[in-house]
Amino acid sequence: MLNRYPVWKNLLILLAMVLGVLYSVPNLYPDDEALQVTHESQQLVQADLDNITTALAAAQLATIGQELNDSGILLRFEGVDEQLRAKTAVEDALTDDYIVALNLAPTTPGWMQAIGAGKMNLGLDLQGGVHFLMEVDMDAAVLGRMEDNLSNVRSILRELRIRTRGLTMVDSSHIEVRFASADDRSRARSELIDNFPELQFQNRETSGLFLLDLRMTEDTMLQIQRDTLQANRTTLLNRVDALGVAEPTVQQQGSNRIVVELPGVQDPAQAIRILQRIATLEFHLEAGPGAPRSSFETYDYVAPEGVFTVNVDNDVILQGDRISNVRPSLDQNGLPQVQISLDAQGGNQINRVTRDNVGRMMDILLIETRSRTNLVIDENGEEVEEVEFYEDRRLISHARINSALGRQFVITGLTQREAMDLSLLISSGSLAAPMTIVEQSVIGPTMGRENLEQGIRGVQIAAVLVVLFMLLYYRVFGLAANAALIMNIVLIFAVLSSVLPATLTLPGIVGIVLTVGMAVDANVLIFTRIKEELRNGLPPQQAISAGYDRAFTTILDANLTTFLVAVVLFTIGTGPVKGFSVTLMIGIITSMFTAIVGTRALVNLIYGRRRDLRSLSIGVAPVKPAAGKN
Amino acid sequence: MSNTRIRIDFMRGRRVAAVLSMIAILIAIGSLALRGLEFGLDFTSGTSVRLNFSQTAPMDAVNSELEQAGYEDAVVVNFGSDRDIRVLLPLDPDAEAANEAEQAALTGEAIAALLRERVDSGVILLGSDYVSAKVGEELAEQGGLGMLVALGIIMLYIAVRFQFKFSVGAVVALAHDLLFTLGIFSLTGMEFNLNTLAALLAIIGYSLNDTIVVSDRIRENFRTLRKTEPVATVNVSLNQTLGRTMITSFTTLLVLFSILLMGGESTQGFAIALIIGVIVGTYSSIYVASNVIIFMKVTREDLLIPVKEGAEADGAMP
Repeated sequence: MLNRYPVWKNLLILLAMVLGVLYSVPNLYPDDEALQVTHESQQLVQADLDNITTALAAAQLATIGQELNDSGILLRFEGVDEQLRAKTAVEDALTDDYIVALNLAPTTPGWMQAIGAGKMNLGLDLQGGVHFLMEVDMDAAVLGRMEDNLSNVRSILRELRIRTRGLTMVDSSHIEVRFASADDRSRARSELIDNFPELQFQNRETSGLFLLDLRMTEDTMLQIQRDTLQANRTTLLNRVDALGVAEPTVQQQGSNRIVVELPGVQDPAQAIRILQRIATLEFHLEAGPGAPRSSFETYDYVAPEGVFTVNVDNDVILQGDRISNVRPSLDQNGLPQVQISLDAQGGNQINRVTRDNVGRMMDILLIETRSRTNLVIDENGEEVEEVEFYEDRRLISHARINSALGRQFVITGLTQREAMDLSLLISSGSLAAPMTIVEQSVIGPTMGRENLEQGIRGVQIAAVLVVLFMLLYYRVFGLAANAALIMNIVLIFAVLSSVLPATLTLPGIVGIVLTVGMAVDANVLIFTRIKEELRNGLPPQQAISAGYDRAFTTILDANLTTFLVAVVLFTIGTGPVKGFSVTLMIGIITSMFTAIVGTRALVNLIYGRRRDLRSLSIGVAPVKPAAGKN
Repeated sequence: MSNTRIRIDFMRGRRVAAVLSMIAILIAIGSLALRGLEFGLDFTSGTSVRLNFSQTAPMDAVNSELEQAGYEDAVVVNFGSDRDIRVLLPLDPDAEAANEAEQAALTGEAIAALLRERVDSGVILLGSDYVSAKVGEELAEQGGLGMLVALGIIMLYIAVRFQFKFSVGAVVALAHDLLFTLGIFSLTGMEFNLNTLAALLAIIGYSLNDTIVVSDRIRENFRTLRKTEPVATVNVSLNQTLGRTMITSFTTLLVLFSILLMGGESTQGFAIALIIGVIVGTYSSIYVASNVIIFMKVTREDLLIPVKEGAEADGAMP
């Protein structure tokens, strides 16, 4: 009997090896320390690069590469020291509108990048950076929508001249409308029910009053939460882009949280400032001349002809989250304007209010949560910085309603610059609901590098020890197992770098290390089985074949169950649990391939063609001599 | 035919082992109920400040300086090297910062400034984190739920591939290993953090692997060794897989000890948990899983489901 693999199987293994090496090699090219320079609103031009070059020359800092492209300017440096000094120098040379971020630039050759071979993404724990976990205030989102509904109900009833004894918002999902007669109520009900498909209606009577309860359904609330989370994520993405970070992560977590990870960013204060620039829009009517003082607030409005005060009615006629699109354009006379598109319900709402109020002024308020740093004297008499958050409400538009508005309308009477600014503010500024940071961590670059180095050292030492042991214990077969082990590690790295571009974290590295320890298990199973068959008197060639065959079911069962566990962990877990289960799953698949198919190919190459094979170099001699029985 | 020699009579001590296992598990459960686990910062709200000193960090000086400055509840620990320390602080409810994250950042800078002035001018602030217990608790919930679902799926898979008695054996062995490991963490007061949680998940994988290999051999031997008593069949199977069990446990422990000694602070909890898990996992596939199978009176007939093999076996009967 001979042990030979068909040509296609050998070719398959060869192909896997070549691809594995090709796609894992980019990890050996170290990244350059770099600076990424961008501007808050403008494209960078050659003049900016010249400015920077002059500033760097003045600080006696040399770059090892400069690039000006669509995403900004990229400057490469020798090391971290130069990079950090250059950051200060460049920041000093530019105005505050420019964003200078620490970054890492790849050095892999162009052809490798072209075939999609890249480096593994390192998690924050391995390269340093800032991690935020932000929680979206879902109650506020639901409340905002309900406030909307309240003012709509009020205006519909007013329009139909149905008299009420008042409307109250009982809680964020419940509005109560009081009527004097059952007749008024049923008229109101039949009218409202068509306008508010997302609300549930219920009649109720107390002490001579006829009440109508409007409640938001569970489904609607869930839908609002989903939309809000999605909208906030998009806004955060835009803002993170403004930070100019190389590979930011903005991910949804659970039903109300968003994870933001900014690799390389070392200044959490700056990141918080930009991320928390929470802005929402509200549309109001201007208060009428005889309106009671409690029903409006007064704002300064900065118009081209000067600053004057405007009384803005307290009722919100439209919330900013109804806006689906905003862009600056020119009207038929070539005058600047801002085009605003609303979603369907927003269109209905604004139409209802404006058709009764043609000729009145409509006001748009921009509400921003900002932070400022104050210098205060602490108890030790020292000056310390203190960050304070405050709400900044500004009237950004004050325009006459010329006709009833629909889903699409324009704001005119602006200068070109104002039109640009307004649309930018509306589109990038608006968060659907406020967010708070519930978790923050900063991992310094030194610590990240240390974690990575220790992780790699752990893998190396573990691999060397296991390789030595296998070689001593199983001799030639150990050699095959070791080759498989190394190929296994190469394949895991290749898969993690390109096929499944997962982010490698510390638990992930540990997952790989564990696979190294367990990957040899399959080979141990096969080799002990071969030894056993030899002991039972099978000739070497048959023993090899029987050993591989019999061990296969065991290996399959064991790996399949472990794989199932990894799948469960991946589906249920987040963060570290997910990272670990991904590497475990990949490890199981690659190790089964290398330990069974890979070693078999090698063993076949070494022993498979020898008809006169009398003994195998598989370590400690079998109890009975192999040749004993045949 | 296979070598049916019994070198070690594992099953002779199975009653003693069962009693010992039960006592150990009772102690573990008792300790978990009474003492609970020493949860790391991942599971309790607070601020963690990591600092690097220019030379060996003088722990006593750091402690007394922090205490004098009003951080009485601060816990100072070394991590990674003797020059790196981590200061753990509970949240200060009176702090004036806008939110916990701000507070963490401010506290970190304040502590770094304090130590720079009083202890070592070369102190570098490596990072300061705010961790809310909510996140850790949710992860623990996910982990717990994950384990339950995983156990359920494993039971189902083994019941289909092997037999129901084997799946009971495997799941009891898994629960045994997890409880034992948790019990040791509870008794010794070692910190239980997210890495430890990940380790527990890995123990499931490892322990299961071991149990399946042994069960596979038991199944095979029940089918091929005919006139042998179940206890003897299990004993033969354990002896046949002993070599492999030892070698795999050895290489895995080799890896884990190299992580423990070289991998730095952040992976130590993980390594310790897994070392315990591997040792208990090896023990449990012999004395828990196999024991349960015998206890449930497994017979040859239980495993003769495939028609083809059954017919073959019948034909060979004398």
